[in-house]
Amino acid sequence: MKRYSVFAVAREALRYHSGWERAWRSPAPKRHYDVIIVGAGGHGLATAYYLGKNFGITNVAVIEKGWLGGGNTGRNTTIIRSNYLQDPSAAIYEKARSLYEDMSQDLNYNVMFSPRGVLMLAQTQHEIRGYQRTAHANALQGVETEFVSPQRVKEIVPIINLDGPRYPVLGALWQERGGTARHDAVAWGYARACSNMGMDIIQQCEVTGVRVENGRVAGVDTSKGPIDCDKLGMLVAGNASVLSEMAGFRLPMESVALQALVSEPIKPCMDVVVMANTVHGYMSQSDKGEMVIGGGTDGFNNYTQRGSFHHIEETVRALNETFPMVSRLKMLRQWGGIVDVTGDRSPIISKTPVGNVFVNCGWGTGGFKSIPGSGWGMAELMATGHSSLTESFTIDRFKEGQFIDESVAAGVAH
Amino acid sequence: MLILECPYCGVKAEETELHAGGEAHLKRFGPGSSDDDFHDYLFMRENPKGVHFERWRHINGCGKWFHAARCTMTLEVFGTYSAQTYEPPQDIRDAISAKRPDWSWREFK
Repeated sequence: MKRYSVFAVAREALRYHSGWERAWRSPAPKRHYDVIIVGAGGHGLATAYYLGKNFGITNVAVIEKGWLGGGNTGRNTTIIRSNYLQDPSAAIYEKARSLYEDMSQDLNYNVMFSPRGVLMLAQTQHEIRGYQRTAHANALQGVETEFVSPQRVKEIVPIINLDGPRYPVLGALWQERGGTARHDAVAWGYARACSNMGMDIIQQCEVTGVRVENGRVAGVDTSKGPIDCDKLGMLVAGNASVLSEMAGFRLPMESVALQALVSEPIKPCMDVVVMANTVHGYMSQSDKGEMVIGGGTDGFNNYTQRGSFHHIEETVRALNETFPMVSRLKMLRQWGGIVDVTGDRSPIISKTPVGNVFVNCGWGTGGFKSIPGSGWGMAELMATGHSSLTESFTIDRFKEGQFIDESVAAGVAH
Repeated sequence: MLILECPYCGVKAEETELHAGGEAHLKRFGPGSSDDDFHDYLFMRENPKGVHFERWRHINGCGKWFHAARCTMTLEVFGTYSAQTYEPPQDIRDAISAKRPDWSWREFK
């Protein structure tokens, strides 16, 4: 692999950009791999990358039924934060956030991480207490957040309207080191690094069955033929229930549609991420100038990758109240992704009833921000059988009542 | 947009008039049941890619609960029926079989 650098740009500029290589190979699948990862989204590729980087396991295939990063990795609103209430969540999200900080250098791929700050508005008395509690918890966890006054909010976001008729801004939880990154680049950067380590990324290859022999995984059947493996990792978000049924076990999660939309591009007007959970809307401005807006999930099971229209209306109505200047903006595109939601709104990163099958799902509405931390922990779990980052996120926690309750932090907006 | 016909008042209601109530025909396990049954009752929901049975409430209408048979891939509605039943009625199953001959859902097919 040729490294990307300012010298590479200069060299290619002098020869009509004829020397750029493909970022990753697209090989035909081999007969056997040590590890097969199903799902070439951010989480799957990050798991493969840290398997190679941290544990030297490079005989790995990453299988994807569509195209690389075409699921929720390419459909989210790219927000990165780690201001969660519970210790296990704060640990894994903070690990992820800190890995984002030097990801561009680590992968030699510009993921455009922009630590511009994330502001979560408190618009009811209940939310004030909730966020103050989170700020205290974060202080104990070593995650830098603070609860700020409405005046400070106005300084950070001059375009905000503090005294909305229905929900005035009463304060906010401010994480200065949160921000955004370029979602596609995260998937592409990991894919390029994995391919460079000799891993095979096989796109348009749908898993049609999981072969289990003597209680252990033997391989998978795919649309490109059977492939054997020693270990199998499932990182397929909304389709996790479908894949786990193939392996013969069930997961405590449901799939629902979550929507986002972007406006026409405008001049820079807001250099932070603002989330308003009470009114179900959150917004940031992309580098192209589009306002990137996320809304709520549908209330019913759904695999259609589009959401209900009335949720857009709710979201936009709420944002109009908080940001009156966006009321004349035209919306350019709207899309949906299928998110996998568990009972306590926390992910499942766990061994399964089938030997050597590992599952990582249930990120619900907050998968993008966790990609590197999730991959780091999942790789450790798959390689060694244990990871301190993921040990609380087992499938069994529901039976044991050991919930990691993040329904307040992660119930709707991300 | 999802449109369901309320089997009680006959109104064809779109989803802002309705409230989704989750998986249909749950068997309740409470005190005295095994840990596994209680766990499955609380957390293990059917999450099929295809035919699904759900409870809905006509919340901004007559206020009554009812059942719906729906496809989660296409949002196609096969039919709605009364809440006073433990299993999908035969006419609903026939309507599904006409369009999805291989369907199955929990113990029903």
